[in-house]
Amino acid sequence: MLEKTGIPTDDDLEKVIPDKERLAKGPVVIIECFQKIPCDPCAIYCKLGAIKPFKDINDLPQIDFDKCTGCGICISSCPGLAIFVIDENYSDEKSLIQLPHEMLPLPQKGEDVYALDRDGSIIGKAKVVKVLKVKDKTNIISLEVPKSTAMKVRSIKVEGRNQ
Amino acid sequence: MKKTDIAIIGGGPAGLSAAIYAASLGAKITLIDDGLELGGQLIKQTHKFFGSEKQFAGIRGIDIAKKMIQDIKKYDNIEVIANATATGYYEDEVITIVQGVNGDILKKLKADRIIVATGATENMLPFINNDLPGVYGAGAVQTLMNLYGVVPGNNILMVGAGNIGLIVSYQLLQAGIQVAAIVEALPKIGGYLVHASKIRRLGVPIYTSHSLKEVYGTDCVEKAVISEINNNFEFIPGTEKELQVDTICLAIGLSPFSDLLWQAGCQMKYIPELGGYVALRDDNMKSSLKNIYIAGDVAGIEEASSAMLEGQIAGLNAATSLGYKCDNFIKLNKSLKAELKELRANPLSEKVKIGIEKALIKEGRD
Repeated sequence: MLEKTGIPTDDDLEKVIPDKERLAKGPVVIIECFQKIPCDPCAIYCKLGAIKPFKDINDLPQIDFDKCTGCGICISSCPGLAIFVIDENYSDEKSLIQLPHEMLPLPQKGEDVYALDRDGSIIGKAKVVKVLKVKDKTNIISLEVPKSTAMKVRSIKVEGRNQ
Repeated sequence: MKKTDIAIIGGGPAGLSAAIYAASLGAKITLIDDGLELGGQLIKQTHKFFGSEKQFAGIRGIDIAKKMIQDIKKYDNIEVIANATATGYYEDEVITIVQGVNGDILKKLKADRIIVATGATENMLPFINNDLPGVYGAGAVQTLMNLYGVVPGNNILMVGAGNIGLIVSYQLLQAGIQVAAIVEALPKIGGYLVHASKIRRLGVPIYTSHSLKEVYGTDCVEKAVISEINNNFEFIPGTEKELQVDTICLAIGLSPFSDLLWQAGCQMKYIPELGGYVALRDDNMKSSLKNIYIAGDVAGIEEASSAMLEGQIAGLNAATSLGYKCDNFIKLNKSLKAELKELRANPLSEKVKIGIEKALIKEGRD
């Protein structure tokens, strides 16, 4: 249970993951935000109206997945580092995950890093295909992962780092 | 003796907000702060803040402090007395101030209004060997690490899964320090779950319904024993775990730092939902004494975002009570209060709301 462990359950995740059809179309946002707290930057940063404007600052993000292009602008806006963009249409075997990363040193483009799941366990190695340095220092890592792990991998560990 | 319109005691998020608001209306402000630099706890906060876009959400605490300090510098009518402690308040409206590293400069200041924004102090936990070197409060860990660039330890046990425990754990990981575990006495994580999830993803276990039982070491911390606890917060025998850690970081809560308000003779009340003894206040943040206002953690332990709003309300009301004009005062005062109410309109703020209700001096009774 999320409130005890800090790890969202399958039931929690079901509420925020788009349906298979939308996933198959390409990049789309997944916001793993399950608790009402006063926070609204994601809805303000989204210029496409895909994250619907909040009525109350404590609202959970509501997403219109058809409007979301997976642009990723929202990823670094989230103070909770809870926003990911998943592209299941990336290649036949691989999905592409964009995830927020605030650890140094940053991985290099092309580097293999450990892919971690929501409890920090190593799932395997994955290739970093892009490192987007963001001015506000929440950088965005694009990671190539086997399709079967796209809904599991949510963090990385760079080799040789004491994390 | 030096005279000022409004003395603001404490230069954290609440005090800085109050100073900027009151100064913008023309009041002469004297801001007294014990830090070497202004900003209070903000200058140690490397994470992005929650709250509303209007109140700096998405901006890191340290950058919020920079912005507010720049604003303070724009006003000629704000005087800052830094590295100084307000040690007393007397009936003739005189504040005594001790300044300097050695505390050898004594100043007196007469102020028509005082805004007390002194923040909070950290709570301590009783356990065996809690006086060993290597046992820190979370504030000290942040000061060493984020202000001075000093590693506080190599392998840490965090006690407390409120926002401070979670955030400081994350900052420790960012500094390349191992966090062995986070223990939390309550059955649920108290801080924001997004913070908990982001630490969890980096492999740090969070043990709820657990507490620190004992610490071992000859000259410093070498080992910690944690144990599960029952609903009465008693250790459950046989559930102990040993952790090889060299540092214990306590983040088990804060208490309002209200000594000055006691001494001034404000009506005080013990309100557990607000973290301890607080001054009763009206919704303009005025205490039971007409010239003393309060804002921030000293008024009740909350987030920095609400401290800033309380500071703005206190600054606005203190300045207008002295006759400084604010054209749209009623509208502005209302909208600040509405914003504060909105910040608290979530389940995590239930306790705070109950506490504030108990601390409120309602109209008519004043």
